[in-house]
Amino acid sequence: MKTVFVTVGTTSFDDLIEGVTCPETVQVLKARGYERLVLQAGRGSILPAADSCPHVTLEAYRFKDSIADDIQQADLVISHAGAGSCLEALGAGKPLLVVVNDKLMNNHQLEMARQLHMDSHLLYCTCSTLTETLRTMDLSVLQPFLPGQPKNFANFLDKALGVQ
Amino acid sequence: MACLVGAVFAVLLLCLLFFIRLYYVVKTGSSYKPGTRGPVTVLVVAGSGGHTTEVLRLMECLSAAYTPRHYVIADTDRMSEEKICTFESSKQHSEGQFTICRIPRSREVHQSWSSSVLSTLDALRYSLPLVFRLRPDMVLCNGPGTCVPLCVAGLLLGILGMKKVSIVYVESICRIKTLSLTGKILYPISDYFFVQWSSLRDKYPRSIFLGRLV
Repeated sequence: MKTVFVTVGTTSFDDLIEGVTCPETVQVLKARGYERLVLQAGRGSILPAADSCPHVTLEAYRFKDSIADDIQQADLVISHAGAGSCLEALGAGKPLLVVVNDKLMNNHQLEMARQLHMDSHLLYCTCSTLTETLRTMDLSVLQPFLPGQPKNFANFLDKALGVQ
Repeated sequence: MACLVGAVFAVLLLCLLFFIRLYYVVKTGSSYKPGTRGPVTVLVVAGSGGHTTEVLRLMECLSAAYTPRHYVIADTDRMSEEKICTFESSKQHSEGQFTICRIPRSREVHQSWSSSVLSTLDALRYSLPLVFRLRPDMVLCNGPGTCVPLCVAGLLLGILGMKKVSIVYVESICRIKTLSLTGKILYPISDYFFVQWSSLRDKYPRSIFLGRLV
Protein backbone atom coordinates (compact mmCIF):
# COMPACT_ATOMS: atom_id res chain seq x y z
CA MET A 1 0.00 0.00 0.00
CA LYS A 2 1.56 3.33 -1.04
CA THR A 3 2.14 5.39 2.08
CA VAL A 4 2.64 9.07 2.86
CA PHE A 5 4.39 9.92 6.11
CA VAL A 6 3.86 13.42 7.51
CA THR A 7 6.15 14.72 10.27
CA VAL A 8 6.13 18.04 12.15
CA GLY A 9 9.10 17.30 14.42
CA THR A 10 9.20 18.32 18.08
CA THR A 11 7.04 21.42 17.65
CA SER A 12 3.47 21.88 16.44
CA PHE A 13 2.29 22.63 12.94
CA ASP A 14 -1.50 22.39 12.93
CA ASP A 15 -1.83 24.07 9.53
CA LEU A 16 0.09 21.20 7.94
CA ILE A 17 -1.89 18.47 9.70
CA GLU A 18 -5.12 20.21 8.75
CA GLY A 19 -3.97 20.80 5.19
CA VAL A 20 -2.92 17.26 4.53
CA THR A 21 -6.10 15.71 5.94
CA CYS A 22 -8.61 18.04 4.27
CA PRO A 23 -10.91 16.28 1.76
CA GLU A 24 -9.42 18.03 -1.26
CA THR A 25 -5.83 16.97 -0.45
CA VAL A 26 -6.88 13.44 0.42
CA GLN A 27 -8.56 13.21 -2.97
CA VAL A 28 -5.35 14.32 -4.71
CA LEU A 29 -3.30 11.80 -2.75
CA LYS A 30 -5.77 9.07 -3.59
CA ALA A 31 -5.61 10.01 -7.27
CA ARG A 32 -1.81 9.65 -7.16
CA GLY A 33 -2.14 6.16 -5.70
CA TYR A 34 -1.38 6.91 -2.03
CA GLU A 35 -3.73 4.93 0.17
CA ARG A 36 -2.22 5.17 3.61
CA LEU A 37 -1.46 8.30 5.64
CA VAL A 38 0.74 8.25 8.76
CA LEU A 39 0.90 11.48 10.77
CA GLN A 40 3.39 12.49 13.43
CA ALA A 41 1.53 15.47 14.86
CA GLY A 42 3.88 16.63 17.67
CA ARG A 43 2.56 19.11 20.21
CA GLY A 44 -0.24 20.36 17.96
CA SER A 45 -3.83 20.75 19.09
CA ILE A 46 -5.12 18.47 16.34
CA LEU A 47 -4.72 14.71 16.40
CA PRO A 48 -7.02 13.34 13.67
CA ALA A 49 -9.01 10.21 14.48
CA ALA A 50 -8.39 7.08 12.41
CA ASP A 51 -11.79 7.35 10.74
CA SER A 52 -11.65 11.08 9.98
CA CYS A 53 -10.54 10.61 6.37
CA PRO A 54 -12.70 8.34 4.28
CA HIS A 55 -11.01 6.51 1.39
CA VAL A 56 -7.55 6.35 3.01
CA THR A 57 -6.11 4.45 5.95
CA LEU A 58 -5.04 6.95 8.56
CA GLU A 59 -2.77 6.59 11.59
CA ALA A 60 -1.81 9.52 13.79
CA TYR A 61 0.41 9.83 16.85
CA ARG A 62 2.20 12.65 18.63
CA PHE A 63 5.73 11.38 19.29
CA LYS A 64 7.83 8.24 18.94
CA ASP A 65 11.41 7.59 20.06
CA SER A 66 12.35 7.07 16.46
CA ILE A 67 10.50 7.90 13.28
CA ALA A 68 13.05 5.91 11.23
CA ASP A 69 10.67 2.99 10.66
CA ASP A 70 7.86 5.26 9.49
CA ILE A 71 10.22 6.97 7.06
CA GLN A 72 11.48 3.61 5.84
CA GLN A 73 7.95 2.43 5.09
CA ALA A 74 6.89 5.63 3.34
CA ASP A 75 6.79 6.25 -0.41
CA LEU A 76 6.59 9.99 0.13
CA VAL A 77 7.60 12.05 3.16
CA ILE A 78 5.95 15.41 3.84
CA SER A 79 7.89 17.30 6.49
CA HIS A 80 8.25 20.62 8.27
CA ALA A 81 11.48 22.46 7.38
CA GLY A 82 13.48 21.23 10.41
CA ALA A 83 17.03 20.25 9.46
CA GLY A 84 16.95 16.99 11.40
CA SER A 85 13.76 15.74 9.76
CA CYS A 86 14.94 16.76 6.27
CA LEU A 87 18.28 14.99 6.67
CA GLU A 88 16.64 11.87 8.06
CA ALA A 89 14.20 11.57 5.16
CA LEU A 90 16.80 12.35 2.49
CA GLY A 91 19.32 10.03 4.14
CA ALA A 92 16.76 7.23 3.80
CA GLY A 93 16.48 8.03 0.11
CA LYS A 94 12.81 9.03 0.24
CA PRO A 95 11.14 11.66 -1.96
CA LEU A 96 10.59 14.65 0.30
CA LEU A 97 8.15 17.53 0.18
CA VAL A 98 8.97 20.25 2.71
CA VAL A 99 6.10 22.44 3.80
CA VAL A 100 7.31 25.76 5.16
CA ASN A 101 5.49 27.31 8.05
CA ASP A 102 5.03 30.89 6.80
CA LYS A 103 4.61 32.00 10.39
CA LEU A 104 8.28 31.23 11.08
CA MET A 105 9.78 32.84 8.00
CA ASN A 106 13.07 34.04 9.49
CA ASN A 107 14.00 30.85 11.25
CA HIS A 108 17.55 29.83 10.27
CA GLN A 109 16.38 26.23 10.01
CA LEU A 110 14.62 27.22 6.79
CA GLU A 111 17.98 28.07 5.24
CA MET A 112 18.85 24.45 4.74
CA ALA A 113 15.51 23.37 3.30
CA ARG A 114 15.76 26.26 0.83
CA GLN A 115 19.28 25.31 -0.21
CA LEU A 116 18.38 21.63 -0.61
CA HIS A 117 15.45 22.72 -2.74
CA MET A 118 17.73 24.83 -4.95
CA ASP A 119 19.97 21.78 -5.34
CA SER A 120 16.88 19.75 -6.39
CA HIS A 121 17.01 17.34 -3.46
CA LEU A 122 13.51 18.13 -2.26
CA LEU A 123 10.23 19.82 -3.19
CA TYR A 124 9.19 22.91 -1.30
CA CYS A 125 5.84 24.62 -0.70
CA THR A 126 3.71 26.40 1.88
CA CYS A 127 0.45 25.25 3.43
CA SER A 128 -1.58 27.32 1.01
CA THR A 129 0.04 25.68 -2.02
CA LEU A 130 0.18 22.14 -0.58
CA THR A 131 -2.76 20.66 -2.47
CA GLU A 132 -1.68 22.19 -5.76
CA THR A 133 1.91 21.04 -5.27
CA LEU A 134 0.79 17.49 -4.55
CA ARG A 135 -1.39 17.56 -7.65
CA THR A 136 1.32 18.79 -10.02
CA MET A 137 4.57 17.52 -8.46
CA ASP A 138 7.04 15.52 -10.50
CA LEU A 139 9.16 13.35 -8.21
CA SER A 140 11.44 12.31 -11.05
CA VAL A 141 13.18 15.71 -11.03
CA LEU A 142 14.63 15.03 -7.58
CA GLN A 143 18.37 14.40 -7.42
CA PRO A 144 19.69 11.71 -5.07
CA PHE A 145 21.17 13.06 -1.87
CA LEU A 146 24.57 11.55 -1.20
CA PRO A 147 25.53 10.91 2.41
CA GLY A 148 28.19 13.12 4.05
CA GLN A 149 31.73 11.78 4.29
CA PRO A 150 32.98 11.67 7.90
CA LYS A 151 35.93 9.66 6.54
CA ASN A 152 37.29 12.85 4.92
CA PHE A 153 37.21 14.53 8.31
CA ALA A 154 39.02 11.62 9.98
CA ASN A 155 41.72 11.52 7.28
CA PHE A 156 42.32 15.26 7.52
CA LEU A 157 42.55 15.14 11.30
CA ASP A 158 44.93 12.15 11.26
CA LYS A 159 47.30 14.10 9.03
CA ALA A 160 46.92 17.38 10.93
CA LEU A 161 47.55 15.82 14.35
CA GLY A 162 50.23 13.41 13.16
CA VAL A 163 48.25 10.25 13.94
CA GLN A 164 49.77 7.22 12.21
CA MET B 1 51.41 58.28 42.80
CA ALA B 2 54.46 56.42 41.60
CA CYS B 3 52.97 53.32 43.12
CA LEU B 4 49.75 53.76 41.09
CA VAL B 5 51.64 54.35 37.87
CA GLY B 6 53.65 51.25 38.60
CA ALA B 7 50.50 49.18 39.16
CA VAL B 8 48.86 50.44 35.97
CA PHE B 9 52.06 49.73 34.09
CA ALA B 10 52.22 46.21 35.52
CA VAL B 11 48.61 45.48 34.54
CA LEU B 12 49.20 46.80 31.01
CA LEU B 13 52.32 44.70 30.72
CA LEU B 14 50.44 41.61 31.88
CA CYS B 15 47.69 42.26 29.32
CA LEU B 16 50.27 42.72 26.60
CA LEU B 17 52.02 39.48 27.59
CA PHE B 18 48.66 37.70 27.63
CA PHE B 19 47.81 38.84 24.10
CA ILE B 20 51.27 38.05 22.72
CA ARG B 21 50.99 34.60 24.27
CA LEU B 22 47.41 34.19 22.93
CA TYR B 23 48.57 35.17 19.45
CA TYR B 24 51.50 32.75 19.65
CA VAL B 25 49.34 29.82 20.88
CA VAL B 26 46.72 30.33 18.17
CA LYS B 27 49.32 30.97 15.46
CA THR B 28 51.42 27.88 16.17
CA GLY B 29 48.40 25.61 16.73
CA SER B 30 48.67 23.73 13.44
CA SER B 31 52.27 22.67 14.11
CA TYR B 32 51.18 20.76 17.21
CA LYS B 33 51.18 17.00 16.46
CA PRO B 34 50.03 15.08 19.55
CA GLY B 35 49.42 11.97 17.42
CA THR B 36 53.13 11.37 16.96
CA ARG B 37 53.49 10.70 20.68
CA GLY B 38 50.77 8.05 21.05
CA PRO B 39 47.00 8.09 21.67
CA VAL B 40 45.16 11.41 21.44
CA THR B 41 42.91 12.30 24.37
CA VAL B 42 39.71 13.86 23.04
CA LEU B 43 37.18 16.06 24.75
CA VAL B 44 33.96 15.81 22.74
CA VAL B 45 31.36 18.50 23.33
CA ALA B 46 28.12 16.69 22.59
CA GLY B 47 25.80 19.46 23.68
CA SER B 48 22.25 18.47 22.93
CA GLY B 49 19.79 17.11 20.40
CA GLY B 50 20.87 17.46 16.79
CA HIS B 51 24.38 18.51 17.81
CA THR B 52 24.95 15.15 19.51
CA THR B 53 23.80 13.24 16.43
CA GLU B 54 26.16 15.26 14.25
CA VAL B 55 29.21 15.02 16.49
CA LEU B 56 28.79 11.25 16.85
CA ARG B 57 28.61 10.94 13.09
CA LEU B 58 31.97 12.75 12.93
CA MET B 59 33.40 10.38 15.54
CA GLU B 60 32.33 7.31 13.54
CA CYS B 61 35.43 7.23 11.38
CA LEU B 62 38.02 8.30 13.99
CA SER B 63 40.44 5.45 14.66
CA ALA B 64 41.29 3.83 18.00
CA ALA B 65 44.20 6.28 18.25
CA TYR B 66 41.67 8.79 19.58
CA THR B 67 41.39 7.46 23.15
CA PRO B 68 40.27 8.08 25.76
CA ARG B 69 37.17 10.04 24.75
CA HIS B 70 35.55 12.35 27.28
CA TYR B 71 32.05 13.45 26.32
CA VAL B 72 30.64 16.65 27.79
CA ILE B 73 26.86 17.08 27.83
CA ALA B 74 24.57 19.72 29.28
CA ASP B 75 23.07 18.73 32.60
CA THR B 76 19.54 19.35 31.31
CA ASP B 77 20.02 16.87 28.49
CA ARG B 78 18.79 13.31 28.90
CA MET B 79 18.74 12.07 25.31
CA SER B 80 22.43 12.56 24.56
CA GLU B 81 23.75 10.19 27.20
CA GLU B 82 21.77 7.34 25.69
CA LYS B 83 22.97 8.17 22.17
CA ILE B 84 26.60 8.27 23.32
CA CYS B 85 26.37 4.93 25.14
CA THR B 86 24.76 3.30 22.10
CA PHE B 87 27.48 4.75 19.89
CA GLU B 88 30.32 3.66 22.15
CA SER B 89 28.97 0.13 22.59
CA SER B 90 28.94 -0.22 18.80
CA LYS B 91 32.69 0.41 18.80
CA GLN B 92 34.96 -2.52 19.51
CA HIS B 93 37.12 -2.56 22.64
CA SER B 94 35.59 0.66 23.90
CA GLU B 95 35.11 -0.46 27.52
CA GLY B 96 36.66 2.04 29.89
CA GLN B 97 37.80 4.20 26.99
CA PHE B 98 35.19 6.87 27.45
CA THR B 99 33.58 8.98 30.15
CA ILE B 100 30.56 11.28 30.24
CA CYS B 101 30.81 14.61 32.09
CA ARG B 102 27.95 17.00 32.77
CA ILE B 103 28.17 20.78 33.00
CA PRO B 104 25.45 23.44 33.23
CA ARG B 105 24.07 24.53 29.92
CA SER B 106 25.59 27.87 28.94
CA ARG B 107 22.78 28.99 26.71
CA GLU B 108 19.25 27.68 26.38
CA VAL B 109 17.64 28.17 22.98
CA HIS B 110 16.09 31.66 22.72
CA GLN B 111 17.89 32.88 25.83
CA SER B 112 18.72 36.58 25.68
CA TRP B 113 22.22 37.84 24.91
CA SER B 114 22.98 39.41 28.27
CA SER B 115 21.87 36.46 30.34
CA SER B 116 23.83 34.21 27.94
CA VAL B 117 27.00 36.04 28.89
CA LEU B 118 26.28 35.52 32.57
CA SER B 119 25.46 31.83 32.27
CA THR B 120 28.53 31.29 30.05
CA LEU B 121 30.70 32.84 32.78
CA ASP B 122 28.97 30.56 35.25
CA ALA B 123 29.68 27.55 33.02
CA LEU B 124 33.35 28.58 32.99
CA ARG B 125 33.48 27.80 36.71
CA TYR B 126 32.77 24.18 35.84
CA SER B 127 34.64 24.05 32.53
CA LEU B 128 38.00 25.23 33.87
CA PRO B 129 38.45 22.50 36.51
CA LEU B 130 37.17 19.88 34.08
CA VAL B 131 39.57 20.79 31.27
CA PHE B 132 42.50 21.34 33.64
CA ARG B 133 41.89 17.89 35.14
CA LEU B 134 41.41 15.99 31.86
CA ARG B 135 44.13 17.85 29.92
CA PRO B 136 42.86 16.75 26.51
CA ASP B 137 45.01 16.88 23.36
CA MET B 138 42.04 18.18 21.42
CA VAL B 139 38.55 19.55 21.90
CA LEU B 140 36.00 18.59 19.24
CA CYS B 141 32.80 20.58 18.98
CA ASN B 142 30.11 21.46 16.48
CA GLY B 143 28.09 24.33 17.79
CA PRO B 144 26.21 24.05 21.08
CA GLY B 145 26.83 27.05 23.36
CA THR B 146 28.55 24.73 25.84
CA CYS B 147 31.58 24.69 23.48
CA VAL B 148 32.62 28.25 24.26
CA PRO B 149 33.64 27.93 27.93
CA LEU B 150 35.31 24.57 27.24
CA CYS B 151 37.36 25.92 24.33
CA VAL B 152 38.30 29.00 26.36
CA ALA B 153 39.48 26.71 29.14
CA GLY B 154 41.52 24.70 26.62
CA LEU B 155 43.02 27.88 25.23
CA LEU B 156 43.95 29.02 28.73
CA LEU B 157 45.90 25.78 29.30
CA GLY B 158 47.94 26.72 26.25
CA ILE B 159 48.40 30.36 27.24
CA LEU B 160 49.68 29.32 30.66
CA GLY B 161 52.08 26.96 28.93
CA MET B 162 50.65 23.93 30.76
CA LYS B 163 49.39 22.00 27.74
CA LYS B 164 48.59 22.83 24.13
CA VAL B 165 44.98 21.86 23.35
CA SER B 166 43.97 21.70 19.67
CA ILE B 167 40.55 23.22 19.12
CA VAL B 168 38.66 21.48 16.32
CA TYR B 169 35.36 23.10 15.38
CA VAL B 170 32.93 21.71 12.81
CA GLU B 171 30.07 24.07 11.99
CA SER B 172 26.70 22.35 11.96
CA ILE B 173 25.33 21.17 8.63
CA CYS B 174 22.33 23.48 9.23
CA ARG B 175 24.45 26.59 8.74
CA ILE B 176 24.70 27.50 5.09
CA LYS B 177 25.17 31.24 4.70
CA THR B 178 25.90 32.44 8.22
CA LEU B 179 27.89 30.99 11.11
CA SER B 180 26.18 30.20 14.38
CA LEU B 181 26.91 32.53 17.30
CA THR B 182 29.23 29.85 18.73
CA GLY B 183 30.96 29.57 15.35
CA LYS B 184 31.54 33.31 15.17
CA ILE B 185 33.09 33.33 18.64
CA LEU B 186 35.31 30.31 18.03
CA TYR B 187 36.40 31.11 14.45
CA PRO B 188 39.41 33.22 15.49
CA ILE B 189 40.66 30.83 18.16
CA SER B 190 40.07 27.42 16.54
CA ASP B 191 43.06 25.51 15.18
CA TYR B 192 40.90 23.69 12.64
CA PHE B 193 37.58 25.25 11.68
CA PHE B 194 35.45 23.14 9.33
CA VAL B 195 32.38 24.31 7.39
CA GLN B 196 30.10 22.03 5.40
CA TRP B 197 28.84 24.37 2.68
CA SER B 198 30.97 26.14 0.08
CA SER B 199 29.11 29.43 0.60
CA LEU B 200 30.56 29.60 4.13
CA ARG B 201 34.07 28.73 2.95
CA ASP B 202 33.92 31.68 0.55
CA LYS B 203 32.97 33.99 3.40
CA TYR B 204 35.46 32.64 5.94
CA PRO B 205 38.82 32.08 4.23
CA ARG B 206 40.48 30.40 7.22
CA SER B 207 37.86 27.67 7.27
CA ILE B 208 38.36 24.15 5.91
CA PHE B 209 35.82 22.78 3.44
CA LEU B 210 35.89 19.07 2.59
CA GLY B 211 32.30 18.80 1.40
CA ARG B 212 29.47 17.58 3.59
CA LEU B 213 30.86 15.59 6.53
CA VAL B 214 27.74 14.33 8.31
